Amino acid sequence: MRPATLLEERSQIDRRGFLRVSAGAAGGLLVSLYIDLPAFALEGNQAQPPQVYPPDAFVHITPDGKILITVNRLEFGQGVQTALPMILADEMDADWSQVIAELAPAADVYKDPLYGIQMVGGSGSIAHSFEQYRELGAKTRAMLIAAAADRWHVSPDQCRTENSVVYGPGNRSARYAELAKDAARKPVPDKARLKTPSEFRLVGQKVRRLDSRPKCDGSQKFGLDLDLPGMKIAVVAHPPVFGGRVKSLDDKDARAIDGVREVFEIPLAKGSGVAVVADRFWTAKQARDRLQIDWDLSGIEHPDSSQLWNRYKELVRTSGNVAVSRGDEKALERISPSNRFVAEYEFPYLAHTPMEPLNATVRFNGDRGEAWVPSQFQTMDQMAIAEVLGLRPEQVTFHTEFAGGGFGRRATIDSHVAREAAVIAKRLRGTPVKLVWTREDDVRGGYYRPMHAHRVEIGISRDGMPAAWRHVVVGQSIVAGTPFAERLIKNGVDALTVEGAADTSYNISNFHVSAHNPTVNVPVLWWRSVGNTHTAFVMETLIDELATRAKVDPIIYRRRLLKPDAKKLRSALDLMDEKSASWRNKLPKGHALGISCHECFGTAVACAVDVSIENKRPKIHRATIAVNCGLAVNPLTVESQFQAGVGFGVTQLMTNGAITFKDGRVEQRNFDGYTPPYIADAPVNVDVHIVPSTDAPTGCGEPPVPVISPAVVNALAKLTGKRYRSLPLASL
Amino acid sequence: MLSNSRFSIRIPLVILIATGTWIALAASVAIDSRESKKPNGHGNRADGLAAWQKVYSVLTSPRCINCHTATNYPQQGDDRHRHFAHVMRGPEGKGVPGLNCISCHQSENADSTGVPGGPNWHLAPLSMRWQDANDRPLPSAAVCRAITDRSRNENMDGQALLKHHEEAALVLWAWRPGLRPDGSMRTLPPLSHAEFVAATRNWVEAGMPCPPPK
Amino acid sequence: MATYQLNVNGQRKQVNVDPSTPLLWVLREELKMTGTKYGCGISACGACTVHLDGIATRSCVVPVSLVGNRSIVTIEGISSDPVGRAVQDAWVDKDVVQCGYCQSGQIMSAVALLKATPKPTETNIEESMGGNLCRCATYVRIREAINTASRQLK
Repeated sequence: MRPATLLEERSQIDRRGFLRVSAGAAGGLLVSLYIDLPAFALEGNQAQPPQVYPPDAFVHITPDGKILITVNRLEFGQGVQTALPMILADEMDADWSQVIAELAPAADVYKDPLYGIQMVGGSGSIAHSFEQYRELGAKTRAMLIAAAADRWHVSPDQCRTENSVVYGPGNRSARYAELAKDAARKPVPDKARLKTPSEFRLVGQKVRRLDSRPKCDGSQKFGLDLDLPGMKIAVVAHPPVFGGRVKSLDDKDARAIDGVREVFEIPLAKGSGVAVVADRFWTAKQARDRLQIDWDLSGIEHPDSSQLWNRYKELVRTSGNVAVSRGDEKALERISPSNRFVAEYEFPYLAHTPMEPLNATVRFNGDRGEAWVPSQFQTMDQMAIAEVLGLRPEQVTFHTEFAGGGFGRRATIDSHVAREAAVIAKRLRGTPVKLVWTREDDVRGGYYRPMHAHRVEIGISRDGMPAAWRHVVVGQSIVAGTPFAERLIKNGVDALTVEGAADTSYNISNFHVSAHNPTVNVPVLWWRSVGNTHTAFVMETLIDELATRAKVDPIIYRRRLLKPDAKKLRSALDLMDEKSASWRNKLPKGHALGISCHECFGTAVACAVDVSIENKRPKIHRATIAVNCGLAVNPLTVESQFQAGVGFGVTQLMTNGAITFKDGRVEQRNFDGYTPPYIADAPVNVDVHIVPSTDAPTGCGEPPVPVISPAVVNALAKLTGKRYRSLPLASL
Repeated sequence: MLSNSRFSIRIPLVILIATGTWIALAASVAIDSRESKKPNGHGNRADGLAAWQKVYSVLTSPRCINCHTATNYPQQGDDRHRHFAHVMRGPEGKGVPGLNCISCHQSENADSTGVPGGPNWHLAPLSMRWQDANDRPLPSAAVCRAITDRSRNENMDGQALLKHHEEAALVLWAWRPGLRPDGSMRTLPPLSHAEFVAATRNWVEAGMPCPPPK
Repeated sequence: MATYQLNVNGQRKQVNVDPSTPLLWVLREELKMTGTKYGCGISACGACTVHLDGIATRSCVVPVSLVGNRSIVTIEGISSDPVGRAVQDAWVDKDVVQCGYCQSGQIMSAVALLKATPKPTETNIEESMGGNLCRCATYVRIREAINTASRQLK
């Protein structure tokens, strides 16, 4: 829905505006930030947010009154392209009907203020940019008032704003569009007054998404839809085992297809593959199918699921590196065996499979590069492309395209997809190349949620509460060997392996969590809610089991066991209790109730589900979800995130919900072998309730995911009498 | 089929034996109410049953039985798993609006994309199911009864069944089932089409005998 | 390579492509109509759904050589149909989309459902939409929007 001319006009103005402001302020600060680029990784709060916020990097008012707001995040479904502009527009007192949102290209000024790189992840978009966008809006407003006050020779505090108009004393008024040029010449104030919550007009309201209509009429362009003059399409043949290399290549048949341009070997993150470049996707794919490649698969581990399970099951019976050790390690032994039990859990590799297959488009012109990527990691991807092309990052113009989902898959630390595209573009200098991963490439291409084994030994005290808890987790580290390692790996434990367990809000005095992070030749990555995907399942099913043993209601049991200061969780539990009271004790025959709660990324969630068994599968008739996410910037988005996020969470329960290996090769090919939830698999009715709060907003992207699977199997336990400790769920 | 306990036929049989074996056969056929047609040729019962087993082996092979389900879904693959994407039978065996069989299956195989096709691709009606509700193939006796029961088989007699096996487009498809998405050929039925037709003919000419239920 | 005359959203289009090319890629790359999406290539997800002579069809598995002179309607053209418009409006009203990538296919399937069954039951909805994958899992709102559109189309 962006008129092309508006964009061109804007980018010209932007360039001038950008330079003008930065020159006036801290000189070369913005440019120098590129050089600073630490493998940044999140070194706590050492990340330097840019100290100059030229608002026109974020907001541009056109002569006809349109307000272009630039969003420093990828929009991949979470609704940030609406929510962040809402925040800015509210503080700015802009006319919401005139707001157009755009996704920012890669630039220092768009970095996440906390993490210091431009990215989406950790459910941090609103949490980290809330104050930032408020400030931007407030400062812009202040500059507009300053311009009006100047024009009218009055004092700024004699002016007020409403709906893109500045009003002055004696019926004076001026539209923002009229004032914009003058306002841009005003100095950016150091501080500007922020609204009090009661003054919000948009924040806290249910506001419909700005990108709905284009996504319903086919006009929304995603990365895969990009079309450029002279563009070629590339696909890459990847080795069947990670790290394999091309030994020999016969491309005769491939090249014989009309429209095939180039076939050549390329280096990959590990090993090598073969790139096929053609005029059209179908041509490239057919040509790739005809390649005869002899792979060298020697010298690399050939992962095999049954071997891995044997290895993991052995490891999980030994103590690992300590993540947390609280109380008396020997307490467990002093509890009589009849009050102890052991539970072992298994979680498979999971693929993300966002709806839009992975892609990246790159053009290399010798001294400049340009890239179009639906990326969750713009800074990293831009740097990687620049490195491949032999350029500095600022020589690569990096456009953020809309993404058809991500769930973490588009935030790869090694930027492997962007690198593949850049390598090919470098060879085809001058020609834009769109690299496309097919769905098969995606399902088989690695970067999975790691497989995990858990072993928990619990000693129960006389009151039915867990007195001692010894927990071992086995799973590959996601960040070992990457720039993120320093911050996230402590005492040999990847924090992402144990999050959700080690930091539990349950008050267990003798609590010991340790982990093994084995090395396996399978690339792994964060999958929406990361460690919580498996730890919450373990915690919430064990708590349920304990409650059942103690013959205590699962909600009451949790209230008893939670730490007193677990305020968000308690509030979510209470609200869920209230909102499910009307149905949860009146379930029809063959239905059962399941309860769970979990806090992650600062947001607490409690869940009640109504489940029956249909066709040997769980049928989730209803879920009542209560959320404490602090201030809900857009309650409509929050509701959507939770209604849908629990549906996403069901991915873990699906019959074909595992990536498995045999002799080094992934056994699944596509959605026929690795099957995410369809409409019949997802909850039918989901009602979401938000705890009223004016606390700082916390994330909603990932928190919905961990609660649904344990709630469902807790319900199943009532129906079948069995406890389910191995995912995915087999036929019931 | 001539149950040992049918003493009531013993006397007429004794009379008939004197008049020739084929009359006895006719009588035995007439007495068994499940027989649908008089034999119109040679072939003894044992040969007919052997021929039937051959026919049965084809009918219960994946290329055929996957669309003769007892459930509200088709199957696919040699392991006969439930068809992906929650594809449903629908009221007429043609799927449901939005997700018809012909939403994907065209009038011919699409080898470039791995989707099989044939004219009017659809499920056999439930009356022609050859499996039970747990997706297990029915035993030989049950399938034989099912396909010879004219109230369930669209009123086909032996000749019509033979013609169906010989000529029907979706039957013929089983021997040209096309490529899978991974480029490999789909498995053929255990007999060639010619063998299947020959076995059908032999069976029909033997009077379409069915094995006794176990 | 072969030449095909296609009837797309009421317009005649001529393309010159390999006969095995799926209709999906003809639409996207020859005709530059990218509203119809590639999600899996094996008809398992429905992102590629168009209408051929009014039947919801998964264009990723239909080679262009098998289209013939059937009329093709894509997401770009469905708003000329009152049912299409009602569905799109309901989708916007109910804030269905998240990433949006699957929604062209969802809408085309929903339109096929409502044209055949103007007052669908929950079972009808679940069955007809049963093969359309949404990784964001916006299914709850998809159900609501179909019910809304159905009520609009009295």
